[in-house]
Amino acid sequence: MYRYDEFDQSFVNNRVAEFSDQVQRRLAGEISEDAFKPLRLMNGVYLQLHAYMLRVAIPYGTLSSKQLRMLAHVARTYDKGYGHFTTRQNIQFNWPALADMPAILRDLATVEMHAIQTSGNCIRNVTADHFAGAAADEVADPRPYAEILRQWSSVHPEFSFLPRKFKIAVTGSTRDRAAIQVHDIGLHLKKNEAGELGFAVYVGGGQGRTPIIAKKIRDFLPEKDLLSYITAVMRVYNLHGRRDNKYKARIKILVHETGTEELTRQVEAEFDALRDTELKLPESDIRAIETYFAPPELVARPEGEAILKQSQLDSRDFAAWLNQNVITHHNPDYAAVTISLKGIGEIPGDATDAQMDAVADIVERYAFDELRVSHEQNLILPHVARADLKAVFDALVEIGLATANSNLISDIIACPGLDYCALANARSIPVAQDVSRRFASLERQREIGELKLKISGCINACGHHHVGHIGILGVEKKGAELYQITLGGSGDEHTSIGEIIGRGFAPEDVTDAVETIVDTYLGLRTDPSERFLDAYRRVGSAPFKEALYGADAKAA
Amino acid sequence: MKILTANRLVDGEAVWLAADNSWVENIQLAERASDAETEARLDAAGKAALANNEVVDVNLIDVALVDGAIRPNRLREQIRANGPTTHLQFGKAARFGANAA
Repeated sequence: MYRYDEFDQSFVNNRVAEFSDQVQRRLAGEISEDAFKPLRLMNGVYLQLHAYMLRVAIPYGTLSSKQLRMLAHVARTYDKGYGHFTTRQNIQFNWPALADMPAILRDLATVEMHAIQTSGNCIRNVTADHFAGAAADEVADPRPYAEILRQWSSVHPEFSFLPRKFKIAVTGSTRDRAAIQVHDIGLHLKKNEAGELGFAVYVGGGQGRTPIIAKKIRDFLPEKDLLSYITAVMRVYNLHGRRDNKYKARIKILVHETGTEELTRQVEAEFDALRDTELKLPESDIRAIETYFAPPELVARPEGEAILKQSQLDSRDFAAWLNQNVITHHNPDYAAVTISLKGIGEIPGDATDAQMDAVADIVERYAFDELRVSHEQNLILPHVARADLKAVFDALVEIGLATANSNLISDIIACPGLDYCALANARSIPVAQDVSRRFASLERQREIGELKLKISGCINACGHHHVGHIGILGVEKKGAELYQITLGGSGDEHTSIGEIIGRGFAPEDVTDAVETIVDTYLGLRTDPSERFLDAYRRVGSAPFKEALYGADAKAA
Repeated sequence: MKILTANRLVDGEAVWLAADNSWVENIQLAERASDAETEARLDAAGKAALANNEVVDVNLIDVALVDGAIRPNRLREQIRANGPTTHLQFGKAARFGANAA
């Protein structure tokens, strides 16, 4: 894992001191709300419906057990005993008092954590494949580059007041688990024919009220040019991005209005002027950052196969979990584990302080002290010996986090929605809970197969509904909640934006609608290997419209 | 009918203005304005409290009386008055009863 150097630690400590002073002056009435609001937002402090909310950065979703224990401490000491892991691989606390923020940030700084740039029109937390460094299909670990981008973008003077927020994601595998094509910039780390590392660069993707798939503007950017090229993109955006209309201020609108060809030309021209400047990354610097992310020493554990064979015979629950929540590691004696934060009927992404402490124990004992937060709101143990999987499973059962539903219909992304969020128009979490309860049977979920359901409580799409195989968008209509359903979205290497299937559903009808969609799929798939998304792409929306709206299908 | 709501500066707690000009955590204790004159007085009190750094995000909201209890018209305000519907134990409904919505 990356460790703070002296500069990092003093930078964070100084920011804590600065913001603590600002909080004290605000509480003393020396700063007005208008003056304070941008200051608190720069430090991750929002005001929501019931209280302040603090969003803590988890760079590229990587955490140590010590850091997770600190998050548990914050939840227990300053909040109401739980935290909410987000689709930006961060964590939010829903109840902290403004007066406690200085103490919380001081505590977090002791474990190299902060809340800087988790809000505001700046470059936000850079996200990465949550299986980085572990996945068998990976070309190289994307996190060193995410860390380089983090260091470069932290309080970057030129890019701290962009037209709008800016999100970057990096993947090191062809199989995209970081949703790079719906980011402002998406980077696909790959090798060229000479075996050199570089990036395919995607620009102008995003969800929100205008969902757009990113355009590839470079097929191969040498790694040494990463910062020069990204700076070039940022400069073009900072200069030409719209500041007159908040809803048209993201780079996706600039790319759309300028045209990919012309925008690429502008970026390349800027890049030509920057490529031989101090932004060029020295090979030694890249390799130095890389050493922080060296995989742990994975000693041979060949006994795993025999243990797994017997354990699966002993426990059907374990066998199901092994099959659903464990993926292949690049080392055959090891595996990567998804800890589902989607227990049946539970709140997607929530974990209690006790669960966080218990997971920290598992991380320390069985997972080389490393944990990831996935953008799908689960936790990941990237390196676990296959011989230890049963022990990990048993420990997860103890704390209610052994639900074997990774990538199944109850593995739902949901934003906080109108239960917390000041921007929301409708609730998300109760819809997720209701769908989860309806499909409670894991046997039924496995029969349905891979199905990504994503729910947002407003058009800003924090719940990624546009790229859900089934997406649900909550809106307010005539003072009541109404849920629009989209089908066929996907956030992987074959990204697609879901299509609105027809008129919306009342809260009490939305789970029935989801069940109708699922039953329709089960009735028309060619065989169980044809996933929901494949079937939808083959047959289109008509059978689903017919099933949902019957004779009214045309009108809908 | 309107009442005045805000979030308390120090901890962000959702509060409503009572007739004694204090900010209360129970919506049922809010002062109700049924005429323009009272609305104007509430509005002025809100502006003063904002300027005085007691509260933030001050709004006059529409409510109705349902069985004698104040009920905000918008779901958003009902949820503010009761707490998150998914964690009612942490919200005001657990303290004051769920009659607010």
